[in-house]
Amino acid sequence: MSTEPVLALRDVSKHFGAVQALYGVDLDVHAGQVMALVGDNGAGKSTLIKSIGGIHPFDGGELRFDGSPASITSPKDAAALGIEIVYQDLALADNLDVVQNMFLGRERLQGLRRLDENGMETEARKTLSGLSVTTLRSVRTPVAALSGGQRQSVAVAKAVMWNSRLVILDEPTAALGVAQTRQVLDLVKRLGDKGLAVILVSHNLHDIFEVADRIAVLRLGQKVAEFDAAGTNQQEVVEAITAGSLQKVPGMVEAQPS
Amino acid sequence: MTQVAEQAPLSSTSDAPPGDGSLADYFRAYLVRVRSGDLGSLPIIVGLLIIVAVFGSLRPAFLTAGNFTNLIVQMAGLTTIAIGVVFVLLLGEIDLSVGYVSGVAGVVLARLLTENGLPWFAAVAAAVLTGTLIGLLQGLIITKAGVPSFVVTLAGLLAWNGVVLILIGGRGTVVVSDRVVIGIANRYLPPVAGWVLAAALVAGFVATQLARQRARRAAGLPTVPPLIVALRVVLLSVLVGGAVVLCNASPRGGVPVAGVLMAVLLLVWSYVAGRTRFGRHVYAVGGNAEAARRAGIDVDRVRVAVFMIASTMAALGGVVLASRLRSVDTAAGGGDILLNSIAAAVIGGTSLFGGRGKVSSALLGALVIASVANGMGLLGLSSGAKFVVTGLVLLASLLVDSFARRGRSSRGLA
Ligand SMILES: Nc1ncnc2c1ncn2[C@@H]1O[C@H](COP(=O)(O)OP(=O)(O)OP(=O)(O)O)[C@@H](O)[C@H]1O
Ligand SMILES: [Mg+2]
Repeated sequence: MSTEPVLALRDVSKHFGAVQALYGVDLDVHAGQVMALVGDNGAGKSTLIKSIGGIHPFDGGELRFDGSPASITSPKDAAALGIEIVYQDLALADNLDVVQNMFLGRERLQGLRRLDENGMETEARKTLSGLSVTTLRSVRTPVAALSGGQRQSVAVAKAVMWNSRLVILDEPTAALGVAQTRQVLDLVKRLGDKGLAVILVSHNLHDIFEVADRIAVLRLGQKVAEFDAAGTNQQEVVEAITAGSLQKVPGMVEAQPS
Repeated sequence: MTQVAEQAPLSSTSDAPPGDGSLADYFRAYLVRVRSGDLGSLPIIVGLLIIVAVFGSLRPAFLTAGNFTNLIVQMAGLTTIAIGVVFVLLLGEIDLSVGYVSGVAGVVLARLLTENGLPWFAAVAAAVLTGTLIGLLQGLIITKAGVPSFVVTLAGLLAWNGVVLILIGGRGTVVVSDRVVIGIANRYLPPVAGWVLAAALVAGFVATQLARQRARRAAGLPTVPPLIVALRVVLLSVLVGGAVVLCNASPRGGVPVAGVLMAVLLLVWSYVAGRTRFGRHVYAVGGNAEAARRAGIDVDRVRVAVFMIASTMAALGGVVLASRLRSVDTAAGGGDILLNSIAAAVIGGTSLFGGRGKVSSALLGALVIASVANGMGLLGLSSGAKFVVTGLVLLASLLVDSFARRGRSSRGLA
């Protein structure tokens, strides 16, 4: 693709103490493109996403958004750029209801600095029905009372409600039934068709081949391969996941003189 | 998914009905809620009825208009402090310093009035502001140094107790003689003024309820059944009207100023907790701090603000207590003030684990505690017996909540 990527990562890395979770990763995601991110448990997928989201910023490398260098040091920065993320652990407040969760941190106000509950409720209902989430009895149900799949639907709805440029979904279908998985996959396709950039993390290669344009493979914190989805097959991807060749010795940070 | 979950203690919007908004749906949801262990204010109302029945039969003086009016004055300081405690508990934190912070504020008030001759408004402002600054200090230590609030405010409990002693010094007792300050807990409105305020309160309630109904209907959202709204209005009218009748019939001849102050504080802080962005963020941080952080909420700022609210309300409570006693001494802020204020919030239905509760629980809990103290006083029992009974009431309320929670989790609603 000749256009500027929406998100470009160059040589980014991240370590937690002595654990090197990401090691010199490059990644380009273009508008209208669904980038699948795959890899074994502990490969660093969630770490990469949380760093993009400003939860724990990268400690090396460069992040460019729309071609210009961007520094994302907090979730607010990410949201301001138009990055929306569905985290693997969902990050919903159990004690708040569906509407309150969907607008958390971005509540709408009306006179007297009062929350615009009706406006938010209307908007939330619209988004949910747009996603064909029909099993919710009331959008005023506290999230604590929802099933795992319903919670996941709410988290996805929360991410797509905003006018975002890049939507990242970390295993969004992990807890979903057949019908809901279908809906999320369709949604991912629609987001791509609408011109958004999408990063999708999943362990289900079947799903990935259905919706992804490109597939990036992480192994032990390094990107070991990237494929055009149309030009590869499951076999090749599995091989990369389990045995992709590493450029650097994995594991520990180089011993530092103490 | 047939479960209709608890609305009251979790979410703060009472104008959105469960389900499609029909009356049948409303009652079905209520029954499900009660059966699934969300009893709302039910246990505390039952508890209050028991208290009234027991003390009323043992001591008819308990049920007089005069005693009811006294009770309002007796609970005003406690309610004020407990409102701040509710906010701290909503965060899932604790503030053990509120007792002596109220003491420090009382001493600051008394000395500025009697020794520095400051006008009442300046002295009250200084006392309350002292509380705010203490809260800022404690909040900053808790958030910036990452020390648990339990430890920081335990240190505060000791240190502010010391400050009370230092500020009192060799004086023993500082008398408060300012007419306005004394008036807070010792003056009563003319009967007509009580009625005007009660009418204004009910009218304001009706107006907001109707406005909300209209707005929701205009937005095409389901509304609370009109009958429920009517019931709410009738209930409020009976409670407020009854209180005014009793106060006006008492030897004091009217509604205590402290009662009006209490009502205003409850209204203002309920609005903050339930209707503003800040209040929503308090619930979010208490429910899931990490989710709040990922939503872009400045969690530390919310926490510092809440500790400032707690200390500010404690200081204001200290002013009310000083007004009632007409003096402060070395015991200011000590005794059962701290534990009663935390117990009030919890008995009133605010969870110790964060994210669940309402400002009004401060009122309900303080009413229970003050009634028990008042009734035991009328029975002439020792303060030892009073503590034991208050402890049992607290235990009972926690047991009810615990059983309710078990019911809730067995239905996946914990
Ligand atoms: N906050 C943290 N502190 C320390 N180590 C961490 C932290 N977060 C992740 N790690 C480590 O980083 C590595 C990558 O973890 P990550 O969660 O990114 O894996 P993942 O690819 O998302 O795996 P999964 O498929 O299981 O979700 C793991 O070794 C993990 O132990
Ligand atoms: Mg992961």
